[in-house]
Amino acid sequence: MALSYYVHIPYCIKRCGYCDFNTYTPSELQDGATLELVSNDYIDAVLAELDTTPREEVPTIFFGGGTPSLLPADDLGRVISAIKVRNGLTPDCEITLEANPDSVTQEKLERYLEVGFNRISFGMQSAKAHVLAVLDRTHNPENVKRSVDMARAAGFESISVDLIYGTPGESIDDWRESVTTALSLDIDHISAYALIVESGTKLAAQIKRGEFSMPNDDLMADMYLLVDEMCESQGLSWYELSNWSKPGHECRHNIAYWENKNWWGLGPGAHSHLAGERFWNVKHPTAYKQKLFSKTSPILGSELLTQTQMNTESIMLGIRMRQGISLEMLTSAAIANLANYSENGFLEITQNHVVLTSKGRLIADRIVREITI
Amino acid sequence: MPAISLAKAPQPASTNPAQIRNFCIIAHIDHGKSTLADRMLGITEVVDPRNMRAQYLDRMDIERERGITIKSQAVRLPWRSGVDGQEYILNMIDTPGHVDFTYEVSRSLAACEGAVLLVDCAQGIEAQTLANLYLAMENNLTIIPVLNKIDLPNAQPEKFAAELAKLIGCQPEDCLRVSGKTGDGVKELLDEIVKQIPAPKGDPNAPARALIFDSVYDSYRGVVTYVRVIDGHLSPREQIQMFSTGVRHEALEVGVISPEPVASKGLGVGEVGYLITGVKDVRQSRVGDTITTFNNPTKHALAGYKDPKPMVFSGLFPLDGADFPALREALDKLQLNDAALVYEPESSAALGFGFRCGFLGLLHMEIVRERLEREHKLNLISTAPNVVYNVTMDDGKEVRVTNPSEFPDGKVAVVKEPIVKSTILAPSEFIGTIMELCQERRGVLLGMDYISEDRVEIRYDLPLAEIVFDFFDQLKSRTKGYASLDYEEKGDAEGNLVKVDILLQGEAVDAFSAIVHRDKAYAYGVMMTGKLRQLIPRQQFDVPIQAAIGSRIIARESISAIRKDVLAKCYGGDISRKRKLLEKQKEGKKRMKMVGRVEVPQEAFVAALATDADIEKVKAARKL
Repeated sequence: MALSYYVHIPYCIKRCGYCDFNTYTPSELQDGATLELVSNDYIDAVLAELDTTPREEVPTIFFGGGTPSLLPADDLGRVISAIKVRNGLTPDCEITLEANPDSVTQEKLERYLEVGFNRISFGMQSAKAHVLAVLDRTHNPENVKRSVDMARAAGFESISVDLIYGTPGESIDDWRESVTTALSLDIDHISAYALIVESGTKLAAQIKRGEFSMPNDDLMADMYLLVDEMCESQGLSWYELSNWSKPGHECRHNIAYWENKNWWGLGPGAHSHLAGERFWNVKHPTAYKQKLFSKTSPILGSELLTQTQMNTESIMLGIRMRQGISLEMLTSAAIANLANYSENGFLEITQNHVVLTSKGRLIADRIVREITI
Repeated sequence: MPAISLAKAPQPASTNPAQIRNFCIIAHIDHGKSTLADRMLGITEVVDPRNMRAQYLDRMDIERERGITIKSQAVRLPWRSGVDGQEYILNMIDTPGHVDFTYEVSRSLAACEGAVLLVDCAQGIEAQTLANLYLAMENNLTIIPVLNKIDLPNAQPEKFAAELAKLIGCQPEDCLRVSGKTGDGVKELLDEIVKQIPAPKGDPNAPARALIFDSVYDSYRGVVTYVRVIDGHLSPREQIQMFSTGVRHEALEVGVISPEPVASKGLGVGEVGYLITGVKDVRQSRVGDTITTFNNPTKHALAGYKDPKPMVFSGLFPLDGADFPALREALDKLQLNDAALVYEPESSAALGFGFRCGFLGLLHMEIVRERLEREHKLNLISTAPNVVYNVTMDDGKEVRVTNPSEFPDGKVAVVKEPIVKSTILAPSEFIGTIMELCQERRGVLLGMDYISEDRVEIRYDLPLAEIVFDFFDQLKSRTKGYASLDYEEKGDAEGNLVKVDILLQGEAVDAFSAIVHRDKAYAYGVMMTGKLRQLIPRQQFDVPIQAAIGSRIIARESISAIRKDVLAKCYGGDISRKRKLLEKQKEGKKRMKMVGRVEVPQEAFVAALATDADIEKVKAARKL
């Protein structure tokens, strides 16, 4: 049995306006410590948690955040080494780093590669300065190309960028320009997400105050169809609703999530899944550290999935993927419900599998509601 | 000290009719009737000051909250006249003050010899009060004009005394001036009641005849029947008989309300009280019937009442279909107390199973609905109110339509709709505004009179259908709240009426059909299709919304197919969150009604059909 690891790095220099992730800026933590000290201490806690996990061989590790690239490569490397020593890595183990284009240097990138990383994903979001400004992102769009080139030069075999569409004020032409820019980079993979305004974020407040207004769903839909078409024409095929890659460059770590494999999330607020049970850690880094340093479990809650819930999740996740879902997973009533969608070009049923078309992917949640119990 | 203790007061069954005065109070909703009644209860000392509370006689929560009286009450008040020092028994028969309950007023009037006409002297008489005054005058009741709220800074007693004098035909100085709030003038009023209102007349030795003027279901005691004895005597343990049906019951208890029920040895000529026979259904103790005794029955019934006729109809549907049996049970219970409420099951393709209910008017409808929701904890959707139409087909076939969806297809020769004769009282500055409103609503002007220098009475014939559709709200808002309205039925009249259907994807939705005047059909169609376009979420295909008269489309809108319904991100921790959201959405989907292939949320029906209050309620329910 295999076990993937997600390692959460809950630190950022600055919180972006749209972000509701579990991350903290040094000023939010207010413990007066330098990032180096915080980092060292934090990694100790992560290693303590690692000690509580099953010793299964590891096919993928993903460092997300927060801003993992904020931490020194050696600190992140301690985690990789510990997993390698303790669990063992598969020969082709995929080890991904999420990185901010502003926080990397050639030297740092080389060091990441040395400690074991082989895949890197840059938060590009947009090529347009006015869009980045609304998102409250600090990076200079020029830095993305520089970072990607440096990563390639350092020896990363698989490079990805993240894009966001549907930002207030972003036109379809702005978006086309961002996708064109991304595709002109030396990359193997693109993730493109529709902007979700989460409650409690700065952006949500700005929208509520009327400073910005969200684009309508039709424009969002057009933006999705555009990125899909542009990626496909450049040899990056969709393999999950929001992800496109060159052959062999699919993110295997994310696929593990979508295929309901076993994965353990290390760090505060991180979720895990082991054979039908989901559990998650306390959210705040300080509480997380305290728990681990006093040798108590950081797990805050858990749920044991029923068979129905597991089926629902399999359908919900599977239908977002290229291979779709097998008709065997569906009730006859659910299959009957699909007829309409099939007639209207939202999906195709081939070889006993339901696969969404591009316009079907845009209403995937609606279709899932029709076919789950 | 004019009050007499209850124990020493003349006792029921042995009170000389010459000592009895039966009266009611005619007043508009907020003119202070309940406060005056409270004061009378206090001054006559039938309620201990420690037990006194505001609006003592209004028993239902709804009555207190809305400040209206729905059910009649009859209270026995002992009083020693300050004029002749003699002891008297005053029976105060409370009357509802709203147009919907006019039939209850007429019952109360038949049990009295006199009426106190109570008018707020800051506002003047209102249309409904005027209508009730005319009723009292037709019944030859002695009218005592009283100006209330003389303590108010903006009181204009002279002006309104002149107005009342003109209406009744008395002198302005004959109007008493009281303050129910401070108690000023209330003793004098009680003395005037003794002085002016005639004592009841009747033959104590004749066979018993008592008029049922109200009948109320009490869950502990069964039906409590309120009666006014005209001739003879009613005693407990006696076999009584309903004149209309000949059905016999034993009078288990006879008593008076003072103001709590007190069992008595009986009721004699001119007395007002209650009797309990153990029956469970108010229909067995029908209002307007004559009660006599089995052993010595009368041969002559008293003049009864016309049965109230439902004027306004609306469909009531439980929000949760599983509540249908509970709704039926609740309606059955309410009907025990409200003979005017009629209902029959109906099913709507859109709203499921419910009941088509008939009401006396809009207030009656609101009150029934509120009681169903409050006392029976039901969550209801009501369809827009409509009236009854009589449709004659070309082949002569006649169809009675209480629900627009029953409007017959095919060749319609004549459609008749109920017409009411309405009276509007308002300051003269609003004449133009009011006439404009009445014209818009297809009114026919009957006449106009000045009731005082600056107040007019305007009379119009109006289709009832126009009144049930926000007429009263419009009247109030266009006259800054100064106008008041009363109406009474005036038969049917032919109207140029058509049924407008609303079609979703070509399929008519029964709940949205309406019968409207041909000139207004287009406006209705545009309004309804527009509203629905906003309310119905986008579907996987385009949904045309059309308004049609027969096969002719008069308005159309379209909801374009949904293009995006997906969350872009779904990683580690998102998975359970997303599954939980999905489970919640699936629950929400169950509340969708399928109209053909179109999913319509319950809220859309409510918002399209119902009142603002309904919409608020659904919003509140969704937040929970």
